[in-house]
Amino acid sequence: MTNKNEKDRSISEAVDSAINHFGDNREELIPILNHVNRILGYLPSEALEEISKQLKSSRSQLFSVASFYHMLSTKPRGKHVIQFCESAPCHVVGGREVWQTLKEAVNLEEDETSPDGKWSLITTSCLGLCGVGPVIVIDDDAYGNVTPEQIKDILAKYSD
Amino acid sequence: MKSVRSMVLVSSDPISMERGAAQVYENLKTEIETLGLSDEISLTMIGDVGRHDALPFVIVYPEATIYGPVKPENAQHLVEEHLYKGRVVPELQASHKELTGKIAWVNARKGTLPAEQRIVLQRVGVIDPENIEEYIINDGYQALGKVLSEMSPRDVIEEVKASGLRGRGGAGFPTGLKWGFVAGTPAKKKYVICNGDESEPGTFKDRLILEGDPHSIIEAMSIAAYAVGANEGFIYIRGEYLLAQERLKKAIKQAYDYGILGEKIFGSEFNFDIHVHSGAGAYICGEETALIESIEGKRGEPRARPPYPTTHGLWGKPTLVNNVETLANIPAILRNGGKWYRSFGTPSSPGTKVYTILGNVNVTGLIEVPMGITLREVIAIYAKGMKNDVSFKVAQTGGSSGSIIPASLQDTPMDFDSFQNAGVSLGSGALLICDENTCVLDLAKVLQNFFKKESCGKCNPCRIGNERAYQILENISQGTGTMQDLDDLAMISKNMYELSNCGLGQTAGSPIRDILNHYRAEVEAHIKLKVCPSGVCPMSGKRL
Repeated sequence: MTNKNEKDRSISEAVDSAINHFGDNREELIPILNHVNRILGYLPSEALEEISKQLKSSRSQLFSVASFYHMLSTKPRGKHVIQFCESAPCHVVGGREVWQTLKEAVNLEEDETSPDGKWSLITTSCLGLCGVGPVIVIDDDAYGNVTPEQIKDILAKYSD
Repeated sequence: MKSVRSMVLVSSDPISMERGAAQVYENLKTEIETLGLSDEISLTMIGDVGRHDALPFVIVYPEATIYGPVKPENAQHLVEEHLYKGRVVPELQASHKELTGKIAWVNARKGTLPAEQRIVLQRVGVIDPENIEEYIINDGYQALGKVLSEMSPRDVIEEVKASGLRGRGGAGFPTGLKWGFVAGTPAKKKYVICNGDESEPGTFKDRLILEGDPHSIIEAMSIAAYAVGANEGFIYIRGEYLLAQERLKKAIKQAYDYGILGEKIFGSEFNFDIHVHSGAGAYICGEETALIESIEGKRGEPRARPPYPTTHGLWGKPTLVNNVETLANIPAILRNGGKWYRSFGTPSSPGTKVYTILGNVNVTGLIEVPMGITLREVIAIYAKGMKNDVSFKVAQTGGSSGSIIPASLQDTPMDFDSFQNAGVSLGSGALLICDENTCVLDLAKVLQNFFKKESCGKCNPCRIGNERAYQILENISQGTGTMQDLDDLAMISKNMYELSNCGLGQTAGSPIRDILNHYRAEVEAHIKLKVCPSGVCPMSGKRL
């Protein structure tokens, strides 16, 4: 019960902070969703409910926007989100091998989250870091010129 | 990179190699190093120069002198005479009857050593982007001052038209004309939008402009707003570009503090405000009507056009949408005049173009060169040749909506019209250069996967077409494709082109169209022989 209360409280705090920052204008929906997604790691349905009340906008509309953009997630994600760039520039300079090693290292397929909630593995389109491909991004840290041999060391940095 | 004064190419086709081209190359390299010329002379092996009696060739730019046949023992004399003392060695020159076919292009480009020319990237990496004063010292806001004090909105549009500037987002629409449309639409409220939703795979030029010279965008937008009669602007930056967003916000704040944004700018009657809007991860938002929907807080699905944003854009008002790189040209054009701008590039595509060089080459990165440079020149001069000297096979321009460029087109000048005539497109300026180890089918599969994921799903040809095309390519790559699949691919490509609502769907079929046009034999080998000639595809025998 306390857990649920705590969760509700953190959700309403995140929503309030977003609305304080951007205002309760419908046009600011995307920045608001971005903000909440950043704080909570995803957009729980309770958060969408709360935002819909405050913006006086229907939930279906909110959900249609939240499910459209890649940076917003309506599903819980792991503590650390690994994004692998699967676009052509990274692919031709060795991305394929990196992807294979990465999947094996975290024992996940695309779009999966590990049972202990530590990792989520997602693919992404070009991140604009093509000069140093292959590129992976973990949380906010970008790694360039990645080789399969480096994967283990990179992942070890996120040992918490 | 800028100091390269000569470029030396050594042919490396099988005949040349048999006749000792590798040793010629080595000897030239040693000789150039001995004389301390390595920094000013670039030396590269090139592939297909065609069949000639006088192979191997050594070609020296900018004089476009063709030597052949060159033997390893000639290298020392050649370097000493031509590259050190600057005297052509007539006895080693190839005879005129050799200068036909593929080698003829060299003569045609005599005297040109394409050098970098920076207009858009003039200040990038040179000034502190977080300090408005450094921008001002380097000619910043001069053009805006000139425009507001000396020019009418009509004058500004005429100057942009005179420059011949064409949109750098991919379509190449004349910028002055677009400005004229918005200016000509009567309305009290108009908007100017800077499209910074750069998401074409392989393209990061806009990010570097936004991060490295944010004030140039503010200045350009202010000029555009004055010209078309707008007083509010948005900079839409893709959600992943956090640093660019931060820099722009900081720059906008500084501009307000200096009275360059806000009310009565430079004592004129012109008011202008700019907001930064962050995207949230959607390739399609680079399409201008999808971008407008996204600013309005909706799903980024493209609108039906017409009406165009120039009359019905953001919140139904006339809206000017320009790409970051297009705008970054504006201050220099207004400062120096349209005529000056036309002195760069080709007559139909004036100015410079920023390219990102990627793939299996020695040097990747960003260059700004006059329009009309060829792919061979880019590879030889700026990319410093192919990695490990594996020969060039295929390039891909402009991210995923660009074209697949076979080696036979590497001497076509890269400008909007020449590329269009050759049936390919320049796109957004990414040059993904791939060597012989690349499988074109695998490349097409990656590109198709991108469109499959990025299709917004609003219209059927694009949503279903991409899914189906990817499935077929996957089957072929597993060795389970049929010849019927090729006809299906051709049909899907054609249907997507003709029936899709927006540019994404219309160009999503181009990778398959291009590989069927240029690499049909290689694709058929996957089907008929169940072999991937490059050894890349899995060929596991599975079928979806």
